[in-house]
Amino acid sequence: MKLFSRLYLILIFALLYIPIGVLILFSFNSTANTGMLTGLSLYWYKELFSSPDTFVALKNTLVLALSAACISTVIGTAAAVGISRMKSKWAKKSVQSVTNIPMMNPDIVTGVSMMLLFVFVGGMLGLTEKLSFITLLIAHVTFCLPYVILSIQPRLRQMDKSLPEAARDLGCTPLQSFFKVELPTIMGGVVSGFLMAFTLSLDDFVISYFTTGSSYQTLPLMIYSMTKKEVKPDIYALSTLIILSVLVLLIITNVISARNEKRSRKEKK
Amino acid sequence: MIKKNLLRSAAAAPHIVWSVLFIVFPLLFVAYFAFTDGAGAFTLENITSLGEHTQTFVLSIALSIIATFICFLIGYPLAYIITTAPESHQKFYMLLLMLPMWTNLLIRTYSMMAIMDDGGLINNILAALDWGQIHLIGTKGAVVFGMVYDFLPYMVLPIYTVMSKIDRRLLEAARDLGCSPVQVLLKVIVPLSMSGVISGITMVFVPSISTFYISQKLGGGTFELLGDTIERQFQNEATYNVGAAIALVMMVLILISLAVMNRFGDDDEGGVVL
Repeated sequence: MKLFSRLYLILIFALLYIPIGVLILFSFNSTANTGMLTGLSLYWYKELFSSPDTFVALKNTLVLALSAACISTVIGTAAAVGISRMKSKWAKKSVQSVTNIPMMNPDIVTGVSMMLLFVFVGGMLGLTEKLSFITLLIAHVTFCLPYVILSIQPRLRQMDKSLPEAARDLGCTPLQSFFKVELPTIMGGVVSGFLMAFTLSLDDFVISYFTTGSSYQTLPLMIYSMTKKEVKPDIYALSTLIILSVLVLLIITNVISARNEKRSRKEKK
Repeated sequence: MIKKNLLRSAAAAPHIVWSVLFIVFPLLFVAYFAFTDGAGAFTLENITSLGEHTQTFVLSIALSIIATFICFLIGYPLAYIITTAPESHQKFYMLLLMLPMWTNLLIRTYSMMAIMDDGGLINNILAALDWGQIHLIGTKGAVVFGMVYDFLPYMVLPIYTVMSKIDRRLLEAARDLGCSPVQVLLKVIVPLSMSGVISGITMVFVPSISTFYISQKLGGGTFELLGDTIERQFQNEATYNVGAAIALVMMVLILISLAVMNRFGDDDEGGVVL
């Protein structure tokens, strides 16, 4: 690589990482100063962990992400298989376009549109708390679904179409053929779809902001309300922990996909 | 026969029901709220009242176009340079790019504040050098910078994905046939990576025009963007209708620009790669 290219790469990555680096560094600051390092300490981490809110928000985020990922993976896997079996091109295309809407639409529009639905329906049912964990979960499943479906579809396209047919000919019921033939073949896509849904749900702020009730707070929502107040390094400490978890998750996904690639390369040989 | 076909694709049924309930219906509700008043009677007032927000529309569109353009200027060469690296390095660079992308937007924006704030890093360095202070938070430049910082990876990723699939032999052939490196870039690489550029532009423009956190934090509340306006309307049940109208118009604007853009990109590969 030429010198110029290398310098350019270093410059851009430095720009991308300096703010994050500063944030991580100052999370270890011993005072509330966010511009001057006055000494290293774990004070802000202690502060963070001494507040029960942090753990409640963490638990809420994980419960939500796990349930959203599970539900969207189950519905999405079935949908991907169903869509691939559709004969009519028109039906395929229209289902696909509707599915992609949450991906194309700005998050804020998805958020407010669902909020309007929930508030309207909640009003009709006479609920006092119109937004709750349930509405939040519905919203998360909805915006995760297209990503799950998209990560499974390429695998389905690569799959030999005669495999499920052979299974049927040999006496499998459609359900058996799905679990014994189709599912194992697309498993890589299902797993990466699940991880994608999980990460997206963990990460989401905008849609959650509009669809959650006052009683259910997630980590991104907690960060938002924390940043509304004055700048304090406890947010830095929380952010540092989140960045580290994202890093670990990313490495895990990369290792999994690298393994899958190796395996599929071997199979091809 | 039709029945058999339906049965074959029955697995998609839960998803179709879900999509209708939670994608189609909510959008219909946006339209319904945009065209009704608080009591549910039909009115065009919400739409006509958008005239008050003309300035916000213009400012949002302008700032997000600028941010998208800067992302393209920075991101295109970056994607190109990454594709010329050895394959094992490419993986590492992409991981480096993904980490900020998967880090929460609030945290990324907040880390920008840590740098640009009045008592932040830049001003501390300036003070140490005795160069005085600059007020960054609250300027439009800071908001554009925040958008570029937050969304740059979304530009690089699709461009990289498309570029890395370009057959290297095509570039060699162009060189053999007498193209200069610049000509190779303009006549081979650019046209072949166009679909990536288009999805990159979409992936930066859409979140930029609809953001409210970046403008709240880095704009310091001195001016409003579309996202802020929508968010503010939805704080209070009385203004849901106006909020819905703004959201609807913004969505239509985005859909139109997407449709126009997609006419330029001929293949839909690489449209959504995450």
